[in-house]
Amino acid sequence: MLLAGGQGSRLGVLTARMAKPAVSFGGKYRIIDFPLSNCINSGIDTVGVLTQYQPLRLNSHIGIGIPWDLDRNVGGVSVLPPYERMTHTEWYTGTANAIYQNMEYMESFHPDYVLILSGDHIYKMDYEQMLSFHKQEGADVTIAVMPVPHEEARRFGIMITDETERIVDFEEKPENPRSNLASMGIYIFSWEVLKKALTVNADQPGLDFGKHIIPWCRDNGNPLYAWRFEGYWKDVGTLTSYWEANMELIDIVPEFNLYEEYWKIYTKNQTEPPQYFGRDSHVERSIIGEGAEIYGSVENSVIGCGVMIGAGTSVRNSILMNDTVIGENCVLDKVISAEGVRIGNGVVMGVGEDRENESDPHIYRDGLVTLGEGSVIPDGVRIGKNVMIFGKTDLSDYPGGSLAGGRTLTKP
Amino acid sequence: MRELSQKRAVCAMPIAGFYRSIDFALSNMSNSHIQTVAVFTQYHAGSLNEHLSSSKWWDFGRKQGGLYTFTPTITAENGFWYRGTADAIAQNLRFLKECHEPYVIIASGDGVYKMDYNKVLDYHIDKGADITVVCKEVPDIHDAERFGTVRMNEEGRIEEFEEKPLVARLQTISCGIYVIRRRQLIELIEACDAEGRYDFVRDILIRYRGTKKIYGYKFDGYWRNIASVEDYFSTNMDFLDPEIRRYFFRTYPDVYTKVEDQPPAKYNLGVRVANSLVSSGCILNGAVEDSVIFKGTFVGNNCYIKNSILLNDIYVGDNTYIENCIVESHSTIQTNSYFKGEGEVRIVVENNERFVL
Repeated sequence: MLLAGGQGSRLGVLTARMAKPAVSFGGKYRIIDFPLSNCINSGIDTVGVLTQYQPLRLNSHIGIGIPWDLDRNVGGVSVLPPYERMTHTEWYTGTANAIYQNMEYMESFHPDYVLILSGDHIYKMDYEQMLSFHKQEGADVTIAVMPVPHEEARRFGIMITDETERIVDFEEKPENPRSNLASMGIYIFSWEVLKKALTVNADQPGLDFGKHIIPWCRDNGNPLYAWRFEGYWKDVGTLTSYWEANMELIDIVPEFNLYEEYWKIYTKNQTEPPQYFGRDSHVERSIIGEGAEIYGSVENSVIGCGVMIGAGTSVRNSILMNDTVIGENCVLDKVISAEGVRIGNGVVMGVGEDRENESDPHIYRDGLVTLGEGSVIPDGVRIGKNVMIFGKTDLSDYPGGSLAGGRTLTKP
Repeated sequence: MRELSQKRAVCAMPIAGFYRSIDFALSNMSNSHIQTVAVFTQYHAGSLNEHLSSSKWWDFGRKQGGLYTFTPTITAENGFWYRGTADAIAQNLRFLKECHEPYVIIASGDGVYKMDYNKVLDYHIDKGADITVVCKEVPDIHDAERFGTVRMNEEGRIEEFEEKPLVARLQTISCGIYVIRRRQLIELIEACDAEGRYDFVRDILIRYRGTKKIYGYKFDGYWRNIASVEDYFSTNMDFLDPEIRRYFFRTYPDVYTKVEDQPPAKYNLGVRVANSLVSSGCILNGAVEDSVIFKGTFVGNNCYIKNSILLNDIYVGDNTYIENCIVESHSTIQTNSYFKGEGEVRIVVENNERFVL
């Protein structure tokens, strides 16, 4: 059961029109491709995807699951939105509540075990190994955990285990963490235990795994185990961490390797045309998606499919999602451009002093310029750091031909 | 096709970085809403069968119709290979008889083009033709010598048809795409087979051109045939032209192919790419100029690749120089190598150990 209904508000304008799991990552992928590919690579061929916030993009991306080989006669992928019922109709009010509302879906497959995932992390994990551990330890619940540095442990839900990896206690974002094993939000439940825990707690408002279900299981005496994961795992919850995780992909040998033959990441693409480089183009330390046409210069960047970069334009340290079109003689530094953005000629972005963003300083920071989906930027404007632009802008939106650092500009 | 055809049928030749040549005919059929497609294979069909492993890519996995592959089989009546194009159909006539579609489109898998076959069919019906042949004007008359050449009267009826003339007199060639009524085809194939004739062009088109109404349909869009190394090379290089890229990559309808889920291409420090196409899954470290690099290729440091085609999954070791070459897929080129095609395109097949332990 893949939880994909969250907004991911800390990604700001990137999630204005799509749920966080549908946001692009690494050029051609979307975040949900990673858990979905993990599922099929781990041999899981029955996947329910729970959607709620802005599901259109997610629905059309998943379709009947062909890219992940999840178009099956038995099982396969099912998109599960909240629905109306005779009585007690409600939205998904919490992670566990969403699962509870889809009890019937799970029941129809007569499962022995249920894997609960969230659709907003970048990692490769063999869930089968976790399940073997679960069976071997005779656990009722297994929680995937990752050792984190002690000083960072207070940002996570921390699991305290005994020497057999059985969880004896846990604490949510503790001041003085007693362990450094952070919960990754990945759970395996034995079906009967999950069913009981959900049914008993059904009336709890905002029913949540971390807050309600796991504590209930502990108090009920169910054996809870922690399964350690040592590989790459990245929460791309904020714009800065999203930008960093993308940038890590362009290292000479990236820690998160997309080029492994035996754990492919699948995504929806109907065709994969090659990318073209003009005679005077320049490219260095970048990954570039299919069908891009580069006439300018690209350095340290992650470029999506079908992106056009005009002659004389220089793009550095940026993420350009699918179908962004940039004119000639522009300079872009630390720009995150969502899909289908149009940038005119001679535009300069990411210059000047580092001024705090006026509307959401906790989101638009670290010098990033963020452009919402389908935004239009007119010719010849200068745009400062920590700026957010969303909508079809024209010259009148840029007094004196520039937009100072820290500004937020939203147009219909 | 020289060494290139040692490994695969021409229909499975990779094109433009990610297609295989059969994709064009199959996509045209799919986009023309043709739902029942039979592929006749014989020569070296390994790569082709692999490519046709699922009919999903071209949207043929339907309840009505589907994608059928016919290889020669031994039956109680017949133990021959396909002795010719007409014989291939004759040996599978049962399939044709059991279909209920009124018309048949016959096309070869080595053409690079986009075509709505419905337009040809409309023309065929308008003219009341027995057979319609898609024709194209070639700019250089010597090019015509590798094809069937035709002469049409002002109505479009074909009056002369010469197969691969030694010296071409006519500048209009047949593209090897035909429209014919299904029952008419069955009748002609049966007559042909009874006389021990096996070639569709020689024994049907040419032989019947006086008695049957054979019309030519002039096509003026992009059409290339890749039956020689030079044509194969220049067809791939055509995709460096922005107009041709726009036509094939960005204009409705798409040409479909088997999706291989390659990661994005990666460009490391020291790379230089000019006027080239690079496909996904490549990792480049050296310089590439005026070239087409297919999927999953690795180019080492300090390499220089010019005016060449690198097919799928090639490893190019450091300090290598390649010019005017087609490098065969899965080749492993050792460090410090030098390959240059002098006067003509050189085909490089290097089967070295890629990873030495």
